[in-house]
Amino acid sequence: MLIPHPLLGPRDAQEFTYLGDAALIDRPDGLTEPEKFHDYAYLRDNPAGVHKELWFHEQGDRSWLVVTRNTVTHEILGAVLARDTARGRGRSK
Amino acid sequence: MAEHRLTPLAPLGHAEPIEERIGPVLIAERTDVAMASVATRRGWETELAARAAQAGLPLPPPGQAAENAPWGSFWLGPEMWMVEAPYATHEDVAAQVKPALGEAASVTEQTDAWVRFEVAGPLKPLFERLCNIDLDRFAPGSATRTLMEHLGVYVIRRAEDRMTVLGPRSSAGSLHHAITVAARSAF
Repeated sequence: MLIPHPLLGPRDAQEFTYLGDAALIDRPDGLTEPEKFHDYAYLRDNPAGVHKELWFHEQGDRSWLVVTRNTVTHEILGAVLARDTARGRGRSK
Repeated sequence: MAEHRLTPLAPLGHAEPIEERIGPVLIAERTDVAMASVATRRGWETELAARAAQAGLPLPPPGQAAENAPWGSFWLGPEMWMVEAPYATHEDVAAQVKPALGEAASVTEQTDAWVRFEVAGPLKPLFERLCNIDLDRFAPGSATRTLMEHLGVYVIRRAEDRMTVLGPRSSAGSLHHAITVAARSAF
């Protein structure tokens, strides 16, 4: 499987490790919103189809990516830097 | 200071770095380059670019290496580079780089963390056995990190027939073994 790294071009999936649903970027404050944090920590969607997920380029430039993958066909539809996604949502300044 | 009689060793454990010729390739351990990593501090991106340009430090784009004597550098990751300079004149490379960049970057000494091999000769038959880089897309001036026999290494293509391989110094022997075995199998 090849992952189209937004900075480095196509790279072997062997160089990456997988974390999970990209919704993990939206971490709620566990002290002020314990209910939301429970859902964040324990509940996951498990879609058959297009899924946004976090991959770490551990054996490459060590950037986090948000990869859009079809969980049925394993087709990779795109990849962006997780940093850009987080900043786009007003995170990390 | 206490008097000692310690002798410096090259990463492979010999008093001097070793060279080995296997068929048409020369695999040479090198200890004459000093290195420091440069990481941008958040919010200082523009300032760092200006200060580096003034100091003559090249900061190449992703996947690239650049040279501006005596400095060389290659891209490590977003907002991070490795700077190289001759060991003879820049043994304290981090201390030489830091004043030029000031608050704009965090500079970390790297010289003794790595083993450096210069590989000269026909690269393709060798590196297609060692790692998953597509050499046809990896022109001279390219640099990247990848896996070689489960070791994270940096490879920098200096020319059509010259490649630098940087691996963890503590695994110098294993990396040397991997390269020489691949060379014997290829040639």
